[in-house]
Amino acid sequence: MLVHSRTGRWTAWAGFAVLFVPLFALPFLVIVAASFSTNWSGAFPSGPTTAHYAAAVRGESLQALTTSLVTAVTASLIALTAGTWAALAGAALGGGGPWGRRAKRVLDALFMLPVAVPSVVVGLAVLVAYSQPPVLLNGTRWIVILAHTVLVTAFAHQSVSAAVVRLDPMYEQAAAGLGARPSYVLLRVKLPLLLPSLNAAAGLCFALSMGELSATMMLYPPDWTPLPVLIFTRTDRGALFTGSALAVVLMAATLLALLAVSRIRTKASYR
Amino acid sequence: MTSGIRFDAVSVAYGGTTVLDRLDLTVEPGEVIALLGPSGSGKTTALRAVAGFVRPVSGRVLIGDRDVTALPPYRRGIGMVVQQYALFPHLRVEANVAFGLKARKTPKDEIPGRVAEALEMTGMAAYAHRYPRELSGGQQQRVAIARALAIRPKVLLLDEPLSALDAQLRSGMLAELARLHRELPDVSILYVTHDQVEALTLADRIAVMDKARLQDCGTPQDLYRRPRTEFTASFVGNANLLPVTVTADGVAFDGTELNVAPGDATPGAATLCVRPHLVGLGEGPNALRGRIVEVQWRGSTHRLYVEVGGHRVKADVRELRETPLLGSEVTLHFAPEDAVLLAAGVNDDH
Ligand SMILES: Nc1ncnc2c1ncn2[C@@H]1O[C@H](COP(=O)(O)OP(=O)(O)OP(=O)(O)O)[C@@H](O)[C@H]1O
Ligand SMILES: [Mg+2]
Repeated sequence: MLVHSRTGRWTAWAGFAVLFVPLFALPFLVIVAASFSTNWSGAFPSGPTTAHYAAAVRGESLQALTTSLVTAVTASLIALTAGTWAALAGAALGGGGPWGRRAKRVLDALFMLPVAVPSVVVGLAVLVAYSQPPVLLNGTRWIVILAHTVLVTAFAHQSVSAAVVRLDPMYEQAAAGLGARPSYVLLRVKLPLLLPSLNAAAGLCFALSMGELSATMMLYPPDWTPLPVLIFTRTDRGALFTGSALAVVLMAATLLALLAVSRIRTKASYR
Repeated sequence: MTSGIRFDAVSVAYGGTTVLDRLDLTVEPGEVIALLGPSGSGKTTALRAVAGFVRPVSGRVLIGDRDVTALPPYRRGIGMVVQQYALFPHLRVEANVAFGLKARKTPKDEIPGRVAEALEMTGMAAYAHRYPRELSGGQQQRVAIARALAIRPKVLLLDEPLSALDAQLRSGMLAELARLHRELPDVSILYVTHDQVEALTLADRIAVMDKARLQDCGTPQDLYRRPRTEFTASFVGNANLLPVTVTADGVAFDGTELNVAPGDATPGAATLCVRPHLVGLGEGPNALRGRIVEVQWRGSTHRLYVEVGGHRVKADVRELRETPLLGSEVTLHFAPEDAVLLAAGVNDDH
């Protein structure tokens, strides 16, 4: 604890509560309350009912949840692979003289692009690019997965790049000195050492993809409706309480997945 | 295949700065050579050139009879231990030691035996299941050595392997290394250090480096008793370097005629090298009169700094009952056979 006196500690907690509760906690609590209610006209909702949840884990809603999960897992895995590959390639380029360093900067900038560009624009770009042969993805689930991949690869690349930079070259050299070829070094030394960061990146990608709405809205086909889209269309049509229940389900699913990933992380951390 | 390392006019440069200048050095099979020199003199660079982590701009590196200059590190078959140990943190001790064997596709049934042997040799068998973070510095050090030895290299490169250990542990490890060397008589060892005690203890020969160049190379006794350059004399054993004049009649310091064999020294300016512990207090041959300007008590000896004719002479004197007084006039002496005449160097920074 950085604050030592008792009053100081209380002040710190009070300040935290004043900031945290209205900004972060309250909106979530309201959604949770709404998801259990039938009507909310006064200060407090009426209810409680679990009917919205019963509906949320059946039929169209369940379909949307699986759609979101499949999209997020697929996009995260592809993004992680591509992002790690690019991060390692970038590091190799960066060690190869002035031209290599220039090439690395270009590569980094390219991968950062989807972060800088609004996701609506990314969605539109993907839509325009893949609505024509030879690559006709429009109307399939793949266009959604592709857009999510493009969006989250940036984050995967960035966080893995940061970890690659911190990776001490002495391990790589020690391995090479012991007779390990580069591929063996990658598999047995570099990737294991990067595992905690890969895990963190995977969690980040997954969470981002689970919540992605703006690009998805421009792209999703009728048979591939992710959960955020369903929440949006339901609440848009006035079904506020059903939407709330769906939102809580989305939140819970994402948090559960992140928790699972972070368990792997604590197991793999060695320092 | 014969082992041994040969540097053949090896030069290394980083961005136009030469950090290793035409190094010629041979480590014979089974020999221990210590690369000794101050920080930044290019010792690590020389080692990295053997290991293959840095590419010489010119010259060749040979291991055994094989020119390895262009080979990548993983094809050189050397064992290397660096200052920070670089044990793989995600692997247990035994997996660390087995790493090189697995990487070289040693038959699976041979690996456990070789790992056990290497751990036995370094006294770490009891720690096989630990992670590196669960070991002390000295234990990590042993594991790093075991890992390097497990691949049975013909060439072992050690880069300041003891510098992270405290003084007591260091002298213990030094004895261990000497024992390992006796147990592995075929392995050529190149041992980088800036600690002269390590070099003197362990090495068959010492190669003294300074400013990217090899300054001197010889057996410890040679370098200690008969240094060839001023740099060697002062770096190994911290000798007194006195500017003297050589004439046909003899050798003079500060106008005083000295009883020193001029040998084949050419007339003119020269440098006289005398070890501090060979300088005595009181009257004797080659008496030098001066004033004490500094006294350091070093446990078993007093180090006196005595100003003689504008030069500071260091003398390590044993068993003084009373601490000599600063500013008092004293006489120092040294035996004629304990002095070595050197060609005068350009630098006089003492
Ligand atoms: N990767 C590098 N890039 C640029 N210069 C370097 C690099 N590595 C070493 N040098 C320079 O090369 C010179 C020799 O370095 P080296 O590491 O060989 O010294 P050393 O004798 O091992 O010193 P120390 O006792 O401090 O380890 C130093 O001046 C150092 O700054
Ligand atoms: Mg060094």
